[in-house]
Amino acid sequence: MNASSDPGSALLEVRGLSKSFGTLRALQEVDFTLRAGEIHALLGENGAGKSTLIKTVTGVFPRDTGIVRLGGAEVAPRSAKAAVDAGIATVYQEVNLLLNLSVAQNLYLGRQPTRFGLVREAEMRRRAAELLAEFDLHIDVAEPLGNYSVAVQHITAIARAVDQSARVLILDEPTASLDRHEVEILFAVMRKLALRGIGVIFVTHFLDQVYEICDRITVLRNGRLIGERETAELPRIELIRMMLGRELAGTTSERAAAKVRQAGEVCARFEGYGKVGCVAPFNLALRRGEVIGLAGLLGSGRTETARLVFGAERADSGSATVEGKPVRLQSPRDAVAHGFGYCPEERKTEGIIADLTVRENIVLALQAKRGLTKPLSRAEQEGIAIRFIRLLDIRPPEPERPIGLLSGGNQQKVLLARWLATAPRLLVLDEPTRGIDVGAHAEIIRLIRELCDDGLALLVISSELDEIVTYSDRVIVLRDRAHIDELEGEAIDVSNVLAAIAATGTAGAEAGQA
Amino acid sequence: MMQRLLQSRGLAQIIALLVILALDRAVSPQFFDLRMQDGRLFGSLIDVLNRGAPVALLSLGMVLVIATRGIDLSVGAVMAIAGAIAASLADAHGMPVALAAALGAGLLCGLWNGFLVAVLGIQPIVATLILMVAGRGVAQLITEGRIVTFTAPDLVWLGNGAVLGVPAPVAVELGMLVITGAVVRGSALGLLIEATGGNARASELAGIGTRAMILAVYVWCGLCAALAGIIAAADIMGADANNAGLWLELDAILAVVIGGTSLFGGRFSLVLAMVGALIIQAMNTGILLSGYPPEFNLLVKAAVVLVVLLLQSPRFASAGAVLGRARQ
Repeated sequence: MNASSDPGSALLEVRGLSKSFGTLRALQEVDFTLRAGEIHALLGENGAGKSTLIKTVTGVFPRDTGIVRLGGAEVAPRSAKAAVDAGIATVYQEVNLLLNLSVAQNLYLGRQPTRFGLVREAEMRRRAAELLAEFDLHIDVAEPLGNYSVAVQHITAIARAVDQSARVLILDEPTASLDRHEVEILFAVMRKLALRGIGVIFVTHFLDQVYEICDRITVLRNGRLIGERETAELPRIELIRMMLGRELAGTTSERAAAKVRQAGEVCARFEGYGKVGCVAPFNLALRRGEVIGLAGLLGSGRTETARLVFGAERADSGSATVEGKPVRLQSPRDAVAHGFGYCPEERKTEGIIADLTVRENIVLALQAKRGLTKPLSRAEQEGIAIRFIRLLDIRPPEPERPIGLLSGGNQQKVLLARWLATAPRLLVLDEPTRGIDVGAHAEIIRLIRELCDDGLALLVISSELDEIVTYSDRVIVLRDRAHIDELEGEAIDVSNVLAAIAATGTAGAEAGQA
Repeated sequence: MMQRLLQSRGLAQIIALLVILALDRAVSPQFFDLRMQDGRLFGSLIDVLNRGAPVALLSLGMVLVIATRGIDLSVGAVMAIAGAIAASLADAHGMPVALAAALGAGLLCGLWNGFLVAVLGIQPIVATLILMVAGRGVAQLITEGRIVTFTAPDLVWLGNGAVLGVPAPVAVELGMLVITGAVVRGSALGLLIEATGGNARASELAGIGTRAMILAVYVWCGLCAALAGIIAAADIMGADANNAGLWLELDAILAVVIGGTSLFGGRFSLVLAMVGALIIQAMNTGILLSGYPPEFNLLVKAAVVLVVLLLQSPRFASAGAVLGRARQ
């Protein structure tokens, strides 16, 4: 062990790291410090900048500004391989190994022990078995890796990384597909590595695991560093506030203004609606002119609820009624026929059709609803497109421009227009302000309020708690793929939502995992 | 200016077709001559349209399949099946039965491909490969390995007759273009196909029945292939299961690509796919007229494809613009 591996000293220092993709600032002046021998959680919601930070540090993306020091010496890897050579190894959620090769071959791929140019299979197997024994893993290393569980595959990937003299090990969501027992095995390995002076960065969205194993926590939000704390000194509710809340001040007054609305009658009702492995059965009544906010952490079941309501996932329990009549929502097509609309979180892959024009993207859902035999004429299409371009202030105001060339905020407005053109009764918005610059952000929130005043029922998902609190008439709180609480009227404020997310966390999480 | 011209849709294809026709004229001075004989137009230009009919029909179906981000390798085999059925039934049962049976077979083939792709989710290239291989076997079973000939005059007319002086295959080809255009652009099908090909997941979430859409285009492709097979059989008054439509799926794909429809799906043009088919046939005819051995055909075809694709490439067009500016 060299001097820089002393426990407690700064092993990896990131200072002022920035990275932009086009106009989107994915990382802004982020600092990050990893000590030798610690397990450090890197937390944040989708789009917070965790992956960008990892990929920028390990040279997958070139950085715009900032420096990275490893053991005091500046490093600037140009590729993931260069990062490994420098001593920074990353194991991603999807293991990057070859499942058809043996465990031993995977461990020594590209650096097999050879004699006279021939691979020494027996020697390689002996070394592989020894290496894995260090991690208390006693398996037949001649078997193909694909025959073993995901946990073993992860440990193999980690062992390979560590054996290549890694001093920093980055684990990106390694526990997402593991069961409780496998998580224990992985944690034992992580603790062992920390004792050897290796710095471990642990990216996860399971907060219980953070409190179980991590020494310190760094939280990112919207590409900025929110804070770096000792785990022992950071209460769970404070951590969730760091991840979700922006500023507590200033939201209450806006809230009062939004409160005047009167909710109408129920237009869609879901009873005991759920799907195994997706989200636990829930009851949900959506009223005209009412905004329901879905709050919860990443992976809590927010998006799954939206997809069930919209028919993108098929429920296996419960019933749905629209305007009092029972309906079956087997596909998005059914949901659209009943007057539902859905703006998905993944705007690029599930929302826009990049090659088609703004006009075509706007009329698409309306045309699908009308059916094949009732085409909208070109003049009708242009009329609709121009009306919504004006109404939502879509820029540039050119209906014939391919939507792929618009900014994120304007693409989002086009998707809103797509659904508004169908005159829906219910609109589901999943992270409507994600990846959108500040100006467009405020506009979208204003639009959400106006839509509601026009009698639309809205179901909105957002990671921005103060945003949810601002426009929601009711807030449903989710945790571990279940609806666990509902706040209404005066009770809606950031601290109450945080309390609901954090409450009895451990018990709920264990139940959810089992 | 040059750049905008190059990027305006269809111009590259039209220019390519005109250049090839001019070259044809250069090797054969009578190329543009037309004459009327026995109530039917004759001439090399008519020949291009006439000989090109099968590939043009195939490309009409293929362009829709490719627009949904699919591909249909089986059309050549479907041609062989349809031709074999029509030839076997024509003399015994008459032309209407033969025609209906052959078109019905094409429809079934299309349903089969569409079922594999849309319902079972098999990759189009693999799914249609099955019928490409099996289909020719089916056709050989129908003809029992022989070349089946027929004399039923109304079926023969489909290959050799004329409507108002226009050869029957050309009339069928143009008729199908009009029908397909009316169905696709007269309804919302065109937009929904382009959306499905551009982004299937987003289209499904917008409420489009993407499965039905994909099934429909394979069925249409099967029908077009059957029609092409019937015309090819009528032309030679017989069905040769071994050679009918052999490798024509590749010409059809080529025609679609030359016509500017991307293999990644999305935007498509029926007319330009037709133009693509004509470009291919104009080359074939030109090389035959020039007296070069037909082997040259393949090389010339490859060169022309390269040029047309280069003209369509946005990167190439912008490179051209940079060169143009440097020269000023």
